Amino acid sequence: MSELNLKQASRKPEGLAAGHRLCAGCGHSIVVRMILKATRGPTIATSATGCLEVATSIMPYSSWNIPWIHNAFENAAATASGIESAWQAQRKRGKGPLAKYETLDVIAFAGDGGTYDIGLQALSGALERGHDFTYVLLDNEAYMNTGIQRSGGTPFAAATTTSPAGSVIPGKKEWKKPIDDIVIAHGIPYVATLNPAWPMDVMRKSRTAFEVEGPAFLHAFIGCPRGWRYPMEKTISLSRLATQTCLFPLYECTLEEGRPVYKLSGPSAAIARRPASKKPVEEYLVSQGRFRHLFRPEKRDDLIDSIQAWVDQKWEILLEKAGV
Amino acid sequence: MSTRKPSSKELPIGAVVTKSSMEYETGDWGVMKPQTDLEKCTQCTLCHYFCPEGAITMNDDGYPEVINKYCKGCGICAEECPVKCIEMVRTK
Repeated sequence: MSELNLKQASRKPEGLAAGHRLCAGCGHSIVVRMILKATRGPTIATSATGCLEVATSIMPYSSWNIPWIHNAFENAAATASGIESAWQAQRKRGKGPLAKYETLDVIAFAGDGGTYDIGLQALSGALERGHDFTYVLLDNEAYMNTGIQRSGGTPFAAATTTSPAGSVIPGKKEWKKPIDDIVIAHGIPYVATLNPAWPMDVMRKSRTAFEVEGPAFLHAFIGCPRGWRYPMEKTISLSRLATQTCLFPLYECTLEEGRPVYKLSGPSAAIARRPASKKPVEEYLVSQGRFRHLFRPEKRDDLIDSIQAWVDQKWEILLEKAGV
Repeated sequence: MSTRKPSSKELPIGAVVTKSSMEYETGDWGVMKPQTDLEKCTQCTLCHYFCPEGAITMNDDGYPEVINKYCKGCGICAEECPVKCIEMVRTK
């Protein structure tokens, strides 16, 4: 097991080959490449329907340099449990193509549609059965693949094609579903949030997720230039802003003696130590076209304030849980 | 009279991926390409991680090398380089 550092991992062969057809500036491949650099050895990935799946497997090309299975929208977690069970069964019997592997990193990639809405029951079932796999939620906050429809992961007041902003209704009316809390409530050994702006943090958390016995859940923040309406070179700086405004705090949650133990990671821990460095959420909203109706034709301070209050409350609850 | 149906060996290959996407060059998507000034480079490797295509590889000396035939010209590398040694240049 090689020690992880940026220089060494940069020489590791890519798990996701170039030539895939994701949009220029897409966050998916940034995160997936980092996660695949943190694998320990033999890896099998499965991915639910979504941008990542359609863009990396256009007939007759495949971008995956690792064994990869495509499945339907709702069952990425179920397919991953099947792979893990097959490996365990072959290990036990001592025969079969997977029997020789001491470790096997089974990864399920799914988008926010495939996790928040459609794949939730398969995910919940797999977590309850306790399969040893890693579930990666690639959260770009809408169904981008089919044309930017709202999902359970779309934030409040964001304009999408099925929650358009007009003179009466200002975009999506509901708040984002607390998927991390739902997953943590299953009592699984490892849950973490990932932000591509901190590559070392992403790789360290992914490695921990692979090494932990039992299911692990990683929630990754994926910028989408097309759906969020921002210039394509801003993907990383916007992701960084999401954590700096505490809209997407970075933390990990482990299970110790049956209790969830929260620990803030680098950038979020720094904000907890120096609350003055927390940026206003307006800075994040103003740079995206999906929130444009909050600023033009007239500024909707009431909505911006309610988003800020929601973010502040979630952040305070997290600080309480982390004991800071 | 029914004609003999083709056997499994005679059927054409179905929806099976047969090629690596490395054969599909996405370099012609973009109009801007990154140009690196290696004198300023500190070998931090961040451009390699932030590139969505994997089109920036680190060579044996630890410096970045851009593979133009895959670069879609998004400009994340130039935006994020801590010492600003990458510049986007219009090529089309």
